[in-house]
Amino acid sequence: MSTTHLLKRADFIFKSDNDWKDVLKKSLSRKANELINELISSELKGRGGAGFPTGLKWKITSEIDSDEKYVICNADEGEPGTFKDREILSRVPFKVLTAIAVCGHVTKAKKGFIYLRGEYFFLKEGLEKAILEFETFCKTIGFDFSISIFMGSGAYICGEETALFESMEGKRGEPRNKPPFPSSCGYLNKPTVINNVETLAHTYTIFKYGAKRFYDLGVQFSRGTKLFSVSGDTPKPGIYELELGMSLADFVEEFGDDDTKAVQVGGASGFLVPRKRFAETTIGFQGRLVGISLPTGGSMMLFNSSRSMFNVLDNYLNFFAEESCGQCTPCRVGCQQLLRGIKAVKRGEKNAGYLDKLLKLAETMTYTAKCGLGQSVANSFSSIVENFREEMIY
Amino acid sequence: MEKRIKITINGDTTEVPQGTSILDAARQSGVIIPTLCYHKDLCVAGNCRVCVIEIAGQKRLAAACATPCEDGMEVLTNTLKVRNARKHIIELLLSEHNAECTSCYRNGNCELQKLASDYKIMTQDFLDLIPFKNYTIDNFSPSIIKDDSKCIRCQRCVRTCAELQSVNALTMSYKGEHARITTFFEKSMNEVVCTNCGQCVNHCPTGALTERNYIEEVWSALSDKTKFVIVQTAPAVRVGLGEELGFDPGERVTGKMVAALKRLGFYAVMDTDFTADLTIMEEGTELLSRLKGVLVDKRQDIKLPMATSCSPGWIKFIEHLYPNFLGHLSSCKSPQQMFGALVKTYYAKSKKIDPSKIVSVSIMPCTAKKFEAARPEMNDSGYRDVDYVLTTRELAIMIKQAGIDFLKLPDMHFDRLMGESTGAGVIFGATGGVMEAALRTAYELVTGRDVPFENLNITPVRGMEGVKEASITIENPLKDWAFLDGVQLKCAVAHGLTNAKFIMDALKEGKADYHFVEFMACPGGCLGGGGQPIPTNPEIRKKRALAIYAEDSGMPLRKSHQNPEIVKIYKDFLGKPLGEKSHKLLHTTYIKRTNF
Amino acid sequence: MEPIKDLIKRLADRYGRERSSLLPILQGVVEQEKYLSEYSMTEIARELNLPAADVFGTATFYSFLENEKMGRYIIRLCKTITCSMKGENQILLTIQDLLKIKVGETTPDGNFSLLQTNCLGFCHKAPAMLINKEVYNELTPEKVREILTSYINSNGGGKENVNNTSS
Repeated sequence: MSTTHLLKRADFIFKSDNDWKDVLKKSLSRKANELINELISSELKGRGGAGFPTGLKWKITSEIDSDEKYVICNADEGEPGTFKDREILSRVPFKVLTAIAVCGHVTKAKKGFIYLRGEYFFLKEGLEKAILEFETFCKTIGFDFSISIFMGSGAYICGEETALFESMEGKRGEPRNKPPFPSSCGYLNKPTVINNVETLAHTYTIFKYGAKRFYDLGVQFSRGTKLFSVSGDTPKPGIYELELGMSLADFVEEFGDDDTKAVQVGGASGFLVPRKRFAETTIGFQGRLVGISLPTGGSMMLFNSSRSMFNVLDNYLNFFAEESCGQCTPCRVGCQQLLRGIKAVKRGEKNAGYLDKLLKLAETMTYTAKCGLGQSVANSFSSIVENFREEMIY
Repeated sequence: MEKRIKITINGDTTEVPQGTSILDAARQSGVIIPTLCYHKDLCVAGNCRVCVIEIAGQKRLAAACATPCEDGMEVLTNTLKVRNARKHIIELLLSEHNAECTSCYRNGNCELQKLASDYKIMTQDFLDLIPFKNYTIDNFSPSIIKDDSKCIRCQRCVRTCAELQSVNALTMSYKGEHARITTFFEKSMNEVVCTNCGQCVNHCPTGALTERNYIEEVWSALSDKTKFVIVQTAPAVRVGLGEELGFDPGERVTGKMVAALKRLGFYAVMDTDFTADLTIMEEGTELLSRLKGVLVDKRQDIKLPMATSCSPGWIKFIEHLYPNFLGHLSSCKSPQQMFGALVKTYYAKSKKIDPSKIVSVSIMPCTAKKFEAARPEMNDSGYRDVDYVLTTRELAIMIKQAGIDFLKLPDMHFDRLMGESTGAGVIFGATGGVMEAALRTAYELVTGRDVPFENLNITPVRGMEGVKEASITIENPLKDWAFLDGVQLKCAVAHGLTNAKFIMDALKEGKADYHFVEFMACPGGCLGGGGQPIPTNPEIRKKRALAIYAEDSGMPLRKSHQNPEIVKIYKDFLGKPLGEKSHKLLHTTYIKRTNF
Repeated sequence: MEPIKDLIKRLADRYGRERSSLLPILQGVVEQEKYLSEYSMTEIARELNLPAADVFGTATFYSFLENEKMGRYIIRLCKTITCSMKGENQILLTIQDLLKIKVGETTPDGNFSLLQTNCLGFCHKAPAMLINKEVYNELTPEKVREILTSYINSNGGGKENVNNTSS
């Protein structure tokens, strides 16, 4: 937690990927253990929102004995307010491809996939060209690895790792029970490393510059930089690479203004932070979620005083009710209850006290839902209802 | 050696093999965690979230059915957090559920109702979501009614239809708030590959899937003084009916069942086992004639293996999914249909009753029989051969409605002419039974001797293994059957349509070199049928099977051809097996159907 | 246009006949036909030896695999919060006014269908929409009119990109 940490920009991700061949060759010449330790000491954590330590993830899969293993790049970016992965794939695709291949080298996987959301179809041709060039080069250096693109078809839930596997296997994108975890039982029930696009782009930075360079940025528990997708009521919408650990107040100082009423950190499955809490909120990981430090996929949506928080919450709940896979009770029915519940309170059909019942329901969803979608609905629900209660009623 | 680990459940330590689920470990420890989507017959889903429990050190609750135990785990199943969460889950389910229990077919035997009662859900805090839904009821099938407003989306029916039966008529469709269970393009069950086996009905925890019941129609007929309402009862009913009326699974209630039916007002209470014996005569002869056709006459148009044809779920299965193999089916009708055809001809004639005044009812462990009775071609008697089919469950309902105190009933006997049976007839109710009955008769017909098994119990075809094989070598046959000398008669038995698929796929690849295969659509055979008491599980089915074989060994006659009423019907009416009259009344044809 | 049966065979030759080939094949059919009919699904089921119900259940899960007849150009307007904040409603009204259809409907000439969709990943250039696979962002009522008019005029497979994709 820091109030003096200033907004620090960095420029690693979008720096040209022209040197990919060197980075690839250099990395492939190193031992798997070395590469894993590099990642572990960098303390890089997943940038898709879940924040799992990347080095550990690669380590676990590399230690499992299996004839078939896979590396999958999760490009099913669908969290509202997030658009960074699209940029990465269109501007510096070779960084991602290199990272996938190095992961293959580390884990002994021979095949990589990019699960690309259907809405990003326009990226496919460019990516295919890049992959062709990449695979050709790999052949010349004797590295046996191939990458394919798998297209999604309009399902936010397929960004959840096990739902993604189900989708790739030709089934409905319904998340699986965990355990077992993807590291041991993933795509086709084989050991799989699945990483977000940005996470892979960061591993490129680490392999190129070494762990220390990455580790030296950011703060404790939240090392390195992150891409932030900034949108909403801001004069500076766009994508920015910033060191982790900044306070939200500093962020708003740069990207918002005096009229910024609230910021949604992490998309619809993230938290809405009201102005009064900007100073005490840090953007980073801190082991467990404590309400002050927020792990995030980097979506930052700013709302000014003209925005109705009721409309915002209504929009999110509509989103979840539609995109839920529908298999588990707390999420399938819970989302509908929350959505219709706030409408009922607003219309006066239920009194204000009903909001407290809904808050308890949201809590139950967090404890009992089968996957991250259902477990995260309470994040925005509780933070909006608790901080803007009057807007739910009047 | 399987690794064993220790976990504590509510403070009590218990040791289990590694890989055991928390649900099973809890049961071992004397703790019953409630479930809904979990079923012993099916793979674990983990979607209802009713079985959530607390694991020390974890903030989120875990689903007990889907979480394996780990050494040193501390599980708490009854904390405030768990109970509050579970209450919420039940309330959520009820909020999208048509909870008009008093008008529901499963009132009193519904798993959601039981949960709501156990947890005393006396108020509904949440909004009623039903007005926002476009729930539909599909009641076009003669066998099964699908009511979406009662579905809790546990997907037990989908898993049953896919894993247990390999029919895949049902699927989860759409997503989010629109997620629901449907058929292909939401067509009526009647228009798709549904075999009517009713396993989905058996496995559904609520009233979302029920059989189409004909109780009122039968009451109507029974009170019509101008009609003669005649009933036949299938073998599996007598070992299942008790479960609905206060008996434990596996208790035989044959005599009481007959007494109850008489009290309900049926004019004659007769036995499907009689026509089971008849089926053996016809089918046994057909098998031998096919064997002769293939082995002696080398005819290409005669197909082996011959497949039994008494299971209408199996029949619809092969008609939809393996329509090019219909030639393998025996042309014999099922015992139910043979009975129906004979009751309005042979029986009517003997008793001098106008057949147009006969209402032919059957009590079956089966939902597909309702479809079978309604098949257009099943009217060889000149009338609809079987007018109404009631499941075991429906009979129990009628007995209760009539105020009959089942436990106090005396044992009574079936009525004459079509009520006598042998042990061979009764074992039709279990998987392997038809095969065993057929072998008992065919072997003796061919060799003049008893089958070489102690007490006539052909154990290789008994039991719950999915596919069973048995072979008997024919030695020293009678003169007429000399061509079978030295032939190793290879037989197979499959129960549950997934096992039927296994054999049919092998047949497709030319790898099924059997002569005779018994196919039963339901796990365990008819005793596990779609119309039997709910719940069903492997233990219950095993107990019912033991009852069937106990009934068989207790009967004075154990071979179909010894049945005096069978001898009589051939002498007085049919002539001989596969004779002209038999062909007209007791044999049938099949049709090709769509594959969706 | 290739007959569906041949299309499916060609797709299966390309992607395989495993269960994991299902999604690319469904996508391939939707690309040409704009939706999956009963016939398409039963053909795919037959070609891949899958139960038809499974194909239906899988297809209906995905928002872009329509199973009702769609127009030649499917407009998908983003309705997530940032686009909504930046005037998506105006865009919707403009489209409805121009094409005379409401959300979920198709124009009588079979050219346009209007649907709403969730976050397209162009929040910093909201509002955004897809027309088939092309993305249009930073929309204004005027721009939308221009875009749609160009589709209507070029009517022979028009893919006029008025201010397209990546930033």
